[in-house]
Amino acid sequence: MTDVSLNPQAAAGDAAYESQFGDYIALLKPRVMSLVVFTAFVGLVAAPVHVHPFIAFCAVLFIAVGGGASGALNMWYDSDIDAVMKRTVGRPIPSGRVGREEALALGLTLSGFSCVMLALAANVFAGLFLAFTIFFYAVVYTMWLKRWTPQNIVIGGAAGAFPPMIGWAVATGGVSVESVLMFLLVFMWTPPHFWALALFMKEDYRDAGVPMLTVTHGRKSTRKHILAYTVLLAPIALVTGVTSIGGPIYMAVAVVLNGLFLKGAFQIWRRDETTAEADNYKVERSFFKLSLYYTALHFAAILVEALLKPYGLGGW
Amino acid sequence: MPLAHEHELHRRRLSRNLGLGGVLLAFVFLIFGMTFVKVTAQNVQFPDTVPGVQKTVPVAPASGN
Repeated sequence: MTDVSLNPQAAAGDAAYESQFGDYIALLKPRVMSLVVFTAFVGLVAAPVHVHPFIAFCAVLFIAVGGGASGALNMWYDSDIDAVMKRTVGRPIPSGRVGREEALALGLTLSGFSCVMLALAANVFAGLFLAFTIFFYAVVYTMWLKRWTPQNIVIGGAAGAFPPMIGWAVATGGVSVESVLMFLLVFMWTPPHFWALALFMKEDYRDAGVPMLTVTHGRKSTRKHILAYTVLLAPIALVTGVTSIGGPIYMAVAVVLNGLFLKGAFQIWRRDETTAEADNYKVERSFFKLSLYYTALHFAAILVEALLKPYGLGGW
Repeated sequence: MPLAHEHELHRRRLSRNLGLGGVLLAFVFLIFGMTFVKVTAQNVQFPDTVPGVQKTVPVAPASGN
């Protein structure tokens, strides 16, 4: 094994900084990984087939590593955009802490490793599903659609929505209505969540040249899109409640959260830029904050229903 | 003079070397754990316990008189 580093700084003999272990962890987008871990875990626990706790732990870990690998590939490809945006300028590659080639090597290695290990730990279908998810996020979203269409968020949202389906596949070895509904819940939630952010972080995406809906279609159109997706999201969340993974607790959470989400989206739709700028995007910011709780609480409710089932309490 | 001179590079890379060591150790533990769980699982079927396959022929009890 050679001792030559791929890091340009190190290669140039710059002793000032050496990539640390934490820098490589940062490449895996730990915050995004936490959502992946949680939703995959819920998908696995909610499935009607029992999985040994240690195998479940390993499976969720490999799904998380796969998610992290796609994050590293995303950072490798998007390092030019990341260097421009305020929100991402501190990431390991634009800040010079890790070289681009190292990010690519780490992403590819962990992708292969996580898929093979998941197939061995659970089943081949789950391993292939994880491989497809990584391909979808790194190639279809990051390399192809992100810089090409303003619907990038909608398509990219699919990659983030697959983990509960993979968790379900770990237990059952397949797909079902329930796992598709969990997918749709995250998939339809992603656009309003990111578009609300884009409304009050406006300079970032414009400077980077990413065709965000706010840049290509204008802010009024973005507000309409947020309302449309929120209206479509509500029935999906409620229908999930009448399937085998739902129950009274989930339904109560879904009714309250979707009521609040619809109210927020309606307020965003009614506002114009002058009003929004006057109060520093107060409504948009609170809608974004609510959206963070939205998925977390829906999945937490599914988890509670699943955990109560053995005691005869969860479900209908 | 020390027998092994530690290069300055090794000090700079201590954090990532320790981190990688930890990851490899955890991986060994995972493989061991997964193997143990799969082999001791109740539904595991070894070749001589597959239904319909009998390795030994049952012997009829001998009559006393």
